Amino acid sequence: MFKNFKHEKIETNAGLLLVLTMLAVSIGGLVEIAPLFFLKDTVENVDGVRPYTPLESRGRDIYIREGCYTCHSQMIRPFRDEQLRYGHYSLAAESKYDHPFQWGSKRTGPDLARVGGKYSNEWHVQHLIKPTSMVPESVMPNYQWLQENKLDVSDIGDRMRALRITGVPYSANDEEYQRNVKQFGEAVAKTLHIPDALKNLVAQAQEGNFDGDRSSVSEMDAVVAYLQVLGTMVDFSKIKPEDLVKFR
Amino acid sequence: MSATSVAAAEQYDYEIIKKFSVMAIVWAVVGMFAGVYIASELAWPWLNFDSPYLSFGRFRPVHTGAVIFGFGGSALFATSYYVVQRTCQTRLFAPGLATFTFWGWQAVIVLAALSYVTGFSQGREYAEMEWPIDLLILVVWVAYMAVFIGTLMQRKQPHIYVANWFYLSFILVTALLHTFNNIAVPVNLFSLKSYSLFSGAQDAMTQWWYGHNAVGFFLTAAFLGMMYYFVPKHAGRPVYSYRLSIVHFWALSFMYMWVGTHHLHWTALPDWASTLGATFSIMLLLPSWGGMINGIMTLSGAWDKLRTDPIMRFMIVALSFYGMSTFEGPLMSLKDVNALSHYTDWTVGHVHSGALGWVAMIAFGSLYHMIPKLWNTQIFSVKLINAHFWLATIGTLLYITAMWISGISQGLMWRAFDDFGNLQYSFVESVAAMHPFYAMRAIGGMFFLTGMLLMAYNVFATIRQGVRDAELAGVRTTVATA
Repeated sequence: MFKNFKHEKIETNAGLLLVLTMLAVSIGGLVEIAPLFFLKDTVENVDGVRPYTPLESRGRDIYIREGCYTCHSQMIRPFRDEQLRYGHYSLAAESKYDHPFQWGSKRTGPDLARVGGKYSNEWHVQHLIKPTSMVPESVMPNYQWLQENKLDVSDIGDRMRALRITGVPYSANDEEYQRNVKQFGEAVAKTLHIPDALKNLVAQAQEGNFDGDRSSVSEMDAVVAYLQVLGTMVDFSKIKPEDLVKFR
Repeated sequence: MSATSVAAAEQYDYEIIKKFSVMAIVWAVVGMFAGVYIASELAWPWLNFDSPYLSFGRFRPVHTGAVIFGFGGSALFATSYYVVQRTCQTRLFAPGLATFTFWGWQAVIVLAALSYVTGFSQGREYAEMEWPIDLLILVVWVAYMAVFIGTLMQRKQPHIYVANWFYLSFILVTALLHTFNNIAVPVNLFSLKSYSLFSGAQDAMTQWWYGHNAVGFFLTAAFLGMMYYFVPKHAGRPVYSYRLSIVHFWALSFMYMWVGTHHLHWTALPDWASTLGATFSIMLLLPSWGGMINGIMTLSGAWDKLRTDPIMRFMIVALSFYGMSTFEGPLMSLKDVNALSHYTDWTVGHVHSGALGWVAMIAFGSLYHMIPKLWNTQIFSVKLINAHFWLATIGTLLYITAMWISGISQGLMWRAFDDFGNLQYSFVESVAAMHPFYAMRAIGGMFFLTGMLLMAYNVFATIRQGVRDAELAGVRTTVATA
């Protein structure tokens, strides 16, 4: 078949060149990406991982808006030093509701995958307003506007509905709500119900009092709520290491 | 000589190329300034000025967007329109559409930068543009594809020259990557905000398939296309090996698309995927060096020109950096090396040895060659090109040396244990230790930017000279015919 083949045939025929190039460049992506959607071993089945509450989700929006991922990763690798510094290595399941993923590629600052619960709310607020007041050598910018800006909650329903289309199990009706009760338990399912989004958001900000000011919901409330939940969903004391091996 | 140039200007569509060339220079200045600024923010954080608009996180995509898509993109539009016309010996297909690609593309860069500083980002590296801008990019790109392929179809030469194969693969792949990496659901029709359709591991895979191939095709294959026209043209010698160009074109196109997963070693992405990526990364060394060898061997025999011709120097140094980066890349894709280098400044240094050393320098060489021809004149000052060359080379070396030291130090500090088996350094100690290297990197960037400003002036003066000469010639013909 290739006996009489001359490359001249391709380079004198624009259509053929185009088709063959397209073929050559398509294979790699197909082989590497497509199976990830079908292979069951890609994402572990672990208890505890749930979608973000409305307030946490808005905090995540702000995390993305400010480009935090340009300096902070959210992906702990299975090395002894990272285990000591950050905690258990990250599981794929822990970012399965992350649209988009925020694993990052650079640690100008430390990894944040398990920052939740490591510091108090007060520490985070003070650190975000002026990082050098808590960590003198820090090169992180001040984010005092998070404390000054009221959180925009006007389109919280639309945001959750958009995430629901991407596959996050927020409930839009009673049937979906009952499904969530089964999967996540009643307390969590309530926070995932879209019709109650605004009510839930305000309630969580009031109760959590993340920014130290209960009178209004600030962007700081949302960001700190998000940071405090990072990496806390899975209880690793209940998981045996050998259960995770096949996913690596 | 000038008669043939005038004929060339009439034979080909040069207006659109002039526009893109000027904007390539403008975006280079803007983007490199933004780069120096954010580099300085890391060395001297008070430069963030407590302003949301200037803070590092929002400003960094302004830098990457302006240099990759503004400077790189405009240089590629300009040179591809130039090369495809001259090697096909025909005018551009659908010149109106080509003009649309110019205004559309400039709008993309401006809107993207404005949206980042005001807080709209998809949170995907090098693809931060939100969905309305993504749609505009798609429309512009389809128009570009139509102009380029249409021009190929109406060629007056039976053969499609090798430079065009590379430009074509870059155009096709960019369309493919852009489409699949930006599938997102907008919050509502009036909101700029959207959420990506994919999540977690699948999203990471898609993003780095995009991210690395943006490097592979936007910043490599396309610039190899540039190299395949301007290096032989400027050296006045034929391409060294036709056979090598065929082999390395197909190998590069096929293999590059597999390697993106080496950005995800040791992460929650399944091991088979990143191992596959590393395997192809190592194999990719061969086609990459095929391109470098073909370029350098084309120059051999014209070595004497290196002494007198700074444009030639830009080209040879660009090819050398290309060879160096494409050796470093496979090295960093090895899992053991990556365990040390990932998340550190080493990656940043690697990117810049490619971006400053290869992409920018081959573009400088090509633009210096092309711009006088577009305006039918000579370059204003060869001395200034020479000064630019040295500033750019020293700047690049300072930059990558600083990042090698800081990157490897970070990696080693993070994994250092004391005698009792505890971590030896807190994270912030590694931050503090980086200060001198961040300062050195910023200074390297300043060198590079200063060189760029010299180029901007030199090009401005060249164009002014070309326009004046044309006007004088116009007056002379009027007088002569009167």
